[in-house]
Amino acid sequence: MVIYGIYIVSKSGGLIFNYDHTVPKIENEVTFQYPVNLKLTVENKRVVVSFGQRDGIVVGHVLTSINGTEVKNSQLDDGTEVLDFLSKPENFPVRLTFTRPKMTTNEKIFLASMFYPLFAIASQLSPEPKCSGIEVLECDTFKLHCYQTLTGVKFMIVGDTNQSGLDLILKKIYELYADYALKNPFYSLEMPIRCELFETHLQNLLQQHEKTGVTNV
Amino acid sequence: MARQGNRLDSKKVNSELFTLTYGALVSQLMKDYDNVEDVNKQLDRMGYNIGIRLIEDFLARTQSTRCQDFKETAEKIQLGFRIYLGISPNISNWSASGDEFSLIFETNPMLEFVELPDNCTNLKYCNVLTGVLRGACEMIQLDITSKFIQDQLKGDNVTELRVKFIKTIQDAIPAGED
Repeated sequence: MVIYGIYIVSKSGGLIFNYDHTVPKIENEVTFQYPVNLKLTVENKRVVVSFGQRDGIVVGHVLTSINGTEVKNSQLDDGTEVLDFLSKPENFPVRLTFTRPKMTTNEKIFLASMFYPLFAIASQLSPEPKCSGIEVLECDTFKLHCYQTLTGVKFMIVGDTNQSGLDLILKKIYELYADYALKNPFYSLEMPIRCELFETHLQNLLQQHEKTGVTNV
Repeated sequence: MARQGNRLDSKKVNSELFTLTYGALVSQLMKDYDNVEDVNKQLDRMGYNIGIRLIEDFLARTQSTRCQDFKETAEKIQLGFRIYLGISPNISNWSASGDEFSLIFETNPMLEFVELPDNCTNLKYCNVLTGVLRGACEMIQLDITSKFIQDQLKGDNVTELRVKFIKTIQDAIPAGED
């Protein structure tokens, strides 16, 4: 029973608010001997595990540090490429830390605006006239609920697959948005929501939901 | 309504504070602008800015669905007056084509302590309401206009707000709603 995050997309399709609720932090530090028995590749300036699983490290995890020093842009502090470093036997044994990749803000904005056409396409593909867009998107690891208001703002919540009552939370979030974002005279429409009150009330709502399992706010 | 409990119940706010605040706003505008017409225009504009935000609150509270005809819209507007001003104007004087109706106010808390001075007979004291209606309807893709055609401040028995449907704004309807 976990809620992973909340996203609000404006009428024109821009991400105006996002909030990560519980993101499980998975970090594995393992000491390796030469040669590294994982296949590593560089993708988007990140060193990613492309094949091989061991000690909790799975395909898709990202290398974050070597011997305790941080890896940035697939390079070490002194500018040597990580893959070059790991191909030299004299550098071993070596301690490598892998984590689940974290979405950057840019990626979130990108994905949120990606959902916008998907939603529109879904309503057009429908065999029946007057169909809504995507309301629930279910996968094996998460469930996404989307609620579009009559004015065109989309509220999205990503939660665990067995999480229930997500659609109710969305309506509550809409109320909070109407109260703490729109009634804030210094908030301009269609702009990113940076209202502290909104965020604190949202956190309270999610906490309460987690405690009781149902929303009775 | 939907919300209870830890929240301040919005209907329990004394209407006098609102009445006086609105009165202060209008009288300040009268000082700032020489022309009464400009004051009417400013009130309408302020109302519009209120309306485009207030509609979200209305929708979130009432969980309304999209209106399929103008009669439904009229009832929703009436409900809105009940929620936000605590009054229920009567809906009447439907035009034959069903695209125009009147809201008849017998009482209006906004007018409670007001007497219009002689020099501003053209002032539409409640003109903020026309803006609110226009802004709120525009956000749900309805283009309407409204104007006051009877005013208790000017000696009429009731205040009458005439609301006219112009069109639905088709290209602004969000996907999945059209």
